[in-house]
Amino acid sequence: MSNSTTTARRRGKARLMQGNLAIAEGAIAGGLGFFASYPITPANEIATFLSRALPKRGGVFIQMEDEIASLSAVIGASIGGLKAATATSGPGFSLMQESIGYAAAVEIPCVIIDVQRAGPSTGMPGGPAQGDVMQSRWGTHGDHPIIVLCPSSVREAYELTIHAFNLSEQYRTPVILLTDEVLARMSETVEMPLPQVKVIGRLHPEVPPEWYFPYDNAEGDVPPLVSFGHGYRYHITGLFHDKSGFPTSRPDEIDAWQERLFLKIDGNVEQIARIEEEEMEDAEMVIVAYGSTARSARHAMRQARKANKRVGLVRLVTIWPFHDAAIERVARSAKRIVVPEMNRGQILREVERASRGKTDVVGVNRADGEMVTPAQIMAALEV
Amino acid sequence: MEYTVPEHEYLRPHKKFPSVWCAGCGIGTVLGAIIRAVRSLNLSKDKIAMISGIGCTGRMPVYVDFNTMHTTHGRALAFATGLKLARPDMEVIVVMGDGDALAIGGNHFIHAARRNIELTAIVVNNRIYGMTGGQLSPTTPVGDRATTAPYGQIEQAFDIAKIAEASGAAFVARSTTYHAIELDRLIARGIQKKGFSVIEVLTQCPVGYGQLNQTGDAVEMLKWFRDNTTAARGKVPSGKIVRGVLVDCDIPGYVESYQKLMKTSKKRT
Repeated sequence: MSNSTTTARRRGKARLMQGNLAIAEGAIAGGLGFFASYPITPANEIATFLSRALPKRGGVFIQMEDEIASLSAVIGASIGGLKAATATSGPGFSLMQESIGYAAAVEIPCVIIDVQRAGPSTGMPGGPAQGDVMQSRWGTHGDHPIIVLCPSSVREAYELTIHAFNLSEQYRTPVILLTDEVLARMSETVEMPLPQVKVIGRLHPEVPPEWYFPYDNAEGDVPPLVSFGHGYRYHITGLFHDKSGFPTSRPDEIDAWQERLFLKIDGNVEQIARIEEEEMEDAEMVIVAYGSTARSARHAMRQARKANKRVGLVRLVTIWPFHDAAIERVARSAKRIVVPEMNRGQILREVERASRGKTDVVGVNRADGEMVTPAQIMAALEV
Repeated sequence: MEYTVPEHEYLRPHKKFPSVWCAGCGIGTVLGAIIRAVRSLNLSKDKIAMISGIGCTGRMPVYVDFNTMHTTHGRALAFATGLKLARPDMEVIVVMGDGDALAIGGNHFIHAARRNIELTAIVVNNRIYGMTGGQLSPTTPVGDRATTAPYGQIEQAFDIAKIAEASGAAFVARSTTYHAIELDRLIARGIQKKGFSVIEVLTQCPVGYGQLNQTGDAVEMLKWFRDNTTAARGKVPSGKIVRGVLVDCDIPGYVESYQKLMKTSKKRT
């Protein structure tokens, strides 16, 4: 650590924070009222912190019997009116898939934190990975939209956790915060004060109960959601449902609902999908990275710049919905796009697809529980 | 003579009838009993949530004018746990079938009982998977037939009430669809109980279970409940299934304990 950051910490202008704890604190700042989880490495610090912090603030912490129960309880608490979240890692994330689909279909907000570890199966519980990228998109059965955020610093983990709760309420959708073992367990100096993010609440209906329809397409992309127990008695089901929430098998009702379900996310990609560009003005070679791998990517970019190579970085803060247009723009001017990931090439294929053959796309991949190194990325940048 | 009365006030006014259930099915009787129990306690519809899982019983909430949620298979109690903790002022009634509650949802069932969380769990036990076509369930008796036990069930059946008791439920009761008035009262007591209450209801499934096991029609199955069960008072004749309140004890409920914990936590650094 440099002298300047040590001095900043001494003066109270910076704090040494662990990634998992930044998420836990971010959740509280984002309005968390209910947290349920099941022990799993490397996500445990989040639950440990919240089991102490939540009751003091009038919130609920409960350790459930498994991850299926954890996310189910979270959805139940959310319809009870609390902002609710769970945290897990690969094996637990697999168990949660059915409930993620339920939350997406019934449009109940919730936040799922997945601290990725090397897999499949038990894999390497203490080794980082980015192997859940596609599972976070398509893990549950059936077509559904989803929002997935990938922080790459501790400070950003704090900020994106608040943002995850906001998006979840704003779009009535499950939001997945996809981190990894490196970011979760490392501690880094975070400048104080912590980012101030406006907290967004649930949009309540303005109509009386007899006029309220929880899935009314006439109410726009995101109809207001009223919690249970406020006089608006209605039905929620994972079956295909009509505007009032009752099961339906009428294609016209199902089509209209599905259309809106997708439109609310896909139609708002520009608002939802955050992309950060560095050194892109004159870049001939571009690294597209996300999560903690973006740290290695930034290092590689700086090294390349020192050697007078025109290298830029596009960092995906939001991976789902995928920002096709941003990648296509990059592909038009770049001679090569390098995609480093701690998996066998999951975002790589998305970048290839969005590039529409306009440039060369090269992956830098490893899934052995180790980070992608700057040297590996630099090797891929050599022409 | 006492007889049961339909209570239309608690049913949703439009669209959802006739029900999905087969002619002769007992689930409607259980639904009627729940409604009459709620009425007898004079509870506000706004303060009641009915949560279900998947299966024939999972379809029950759609008909009642409460806050209703049809969740995933086996997980109704977990969803209900979250809702109850978020809204301790609401009465949360969970309706499940035997497969839903004790096969796929068995883990949640024993843990909800262990926590003694203030929910009312009504298990409609028809000893079969009805909606999927008569497969064996964890309560299908040894020797009985199911579409996936064509040579007879060889696995032992769960005793739902015993599992609930051993897992820590504060209130456990059993009745049948034949004993509708008794059922009303047991459900009302279950709702009033502070803690996890389980009411097992032996229910006829004349189509799924009945046809495979030559039980006769729905009326014959109801007569079987009359002749093969006995009230939980005094000496139990051998071979009879005991009805009535089986467990009623005072142990702190989870929500009550959590509220105490919240107060204590504020005093500590």
